Amino acid sequence: MFDAFVQVVRQDLLAAFRHQSAILNPIWFFVIVVTLFPLGLGSDPTLLSRIAPGIIWVAALLAALLSFERLFKDDFIDGSLEQMMLSPYPLAWLVSAKIFGHWVLTGLPILLVSPLLAVFLSLKMDAFCALFLTLLIGTPILSLLGAIGVALTVGLRKGGILLSLIMLPFSIPILIFSTMAIEAASFGQSYLGFIALLLAMLVGAITLAPFAIAAALRVSVS
Amino acid sequence: MWKWLHPYAKAEHSYALAGKLMPWFLVLTIPSFIIGIVWGLAFAPADYQQGDSFRIIYIHVPAAMMAMAAYSTMAIAAFIGLVWQLRLAEMAVAAAAPVGAIYTFIALFTGAAWGKPMWGAWWVWDARLTSELILLFVYMGIIALYNAFSDKVLAGRAASILTLVGVINLPIIHFSVVWWNTLHQGATITKFEQPSIATEMLIPLLIMIFSFATFLGVMILYRFRSELLQREQHRAWVIKLVQIKGRG
Amino acid sequence: MAFTSFSDFIAMGGYSFYVWLAYGVSIVSVIALITHSVLTRKKILKQVEQRLQREKRIKAANNREHSL
Repeated sequence: MFDAFVQVVRQDLLAAFRHQSAILNPIWFFVIVVTLFPLGLGSDPTLLSRIAPGIIWVAALLAALLSFERLFKDDFIDGSLEQMMLSPYPLAWLVSAKIFGHWVLTGLPILLVSPLLAVFLSLKMDAFCALFLTLLIGTPILSLLGAIGVALTVGLRKGGILLSLIMLPFSIPILIFSTMAIEAASFGQSYLGFIALLLAMLVGAITLAPFAIAAALRVSVS
Repeated sequence: MWKWLHPYAKAEHSYALAGKLMPWFLVLTIPSFIIGIVWGLAFAPADYQQGDSFRIIYIHVPAAMMAMAAYSTMAIAAFIGLVWQLRLAEMAVAAAAPVGAIYTFIALFTGAAWGKPMWGAWWVWDARLTSELILLFVYMGIIALYNAFSDKVLAGRAASILTLVGVINLPIIHFSVVWWNTLHQGATITKFEQPSIATEMLIPLLIMIFSFATFLGVMILYRFRSELLQREQHRAWVIKLVQIKGRG
Repeated sequence: MAFTSFSDFIAMGGYSFYVWLAYGVSIVSVIALITHSVLTRKKILKQVEQRLQREKRIKAANNREHSL
């Protein structure tokens, strides 16, 4: 069972490393969007550090959205999604593996470039720690939520914009709690409560989302 | 109960039942709407702080409450539809979504029109208005997803799944009042032990809530019947129905 | 009665614009919903009827061919 999980993740990573632009493009997009804000709003460090959490999180959301399209599309087109459904392993389990692979390719790079953005937006150390934590917990939730939307729209010809319509509203709570945590951190207050809330949401998403995704994929593939 | 419910899993019976129930809901809606709106607009005393602008409450609060109720209905229907593979329940989801969306829009708009004289701004990023806006987004997403599928059976399933996913949003909307510090008044009616609203004001409000609820019922039943007709249009009972209508 | 005259009622204690705007837009949106629902139902019924008539015509044409 665990072998199947590793196998799916490995395949996805290998396929992604073969087309490296697939990994790099969303990251570049993320960095460029964040860069646009100081250029549009002026380079006042106090202003930037105040709005940094919102900017970084909105950019992360948009970058995640861009990368989602590929999550199930290739497998849908070449029929490996149907293969997955026929395999002896539960679909929800295999889907979790795919999402984990997707997070490694999109969420993890965002985490890795976040120090750079913290420097760009003159975030203080405390705020950066909070940002890092919220990204660490929040991006997997985004991947799980987004995968539901992808699974629902993968069979449609024009699924792209619809995906953002149905997925973005659900990601609002993550955005709110994350930015509140970072704000609290930048004022030197404790932000553990928000982190706990995000963790609770992550646990909920990990346990429930794979089943919703599996059900949605069954609708899309039939 | 299942034995009793079983015949209604058949489309034709459900169509007839919905048709029988609809006039009853309509009979309840119209008088309660007239009484409620006249009472609320003309007879209820003006609020000592907000003056006559508080009369917007008689549509704002019922619309907001019933927007949530519509979503709960959809969630229950979606759950039944997905667990027991009941397509009729999935149709009810599709039937209720536009009604809920309109109610949400009304709640938002009246909230804005109430906010302008009270807060001095059409829009304030207050917890309840914001979550109402998110609810509208969720409704729009469900409707858009439903319309994107050409196969309505698949569309119903997809919309049901999305509805259940959105249920996570409902508690967040509910508790957002607690989480954010806001300009909006706290929940007015639920505090029964310490009523912050005078009885003369409360009665028409309850009447309006009742009216909005029954109207929700009317619209869901009506749209549910249309959904049924559309999906079953090649079945004998629909053809018979159309032929009878054509002659009459 | 909370108001002394009809013009008083229309004035809504100085809030007439907001109150009537809120009520007006709500009624218009409810009417739009009703209209949409009714039109959808009519459209479906019409579609079915047209289909039936087309089938009838085809049948009639086939019959004529056979009788010739």
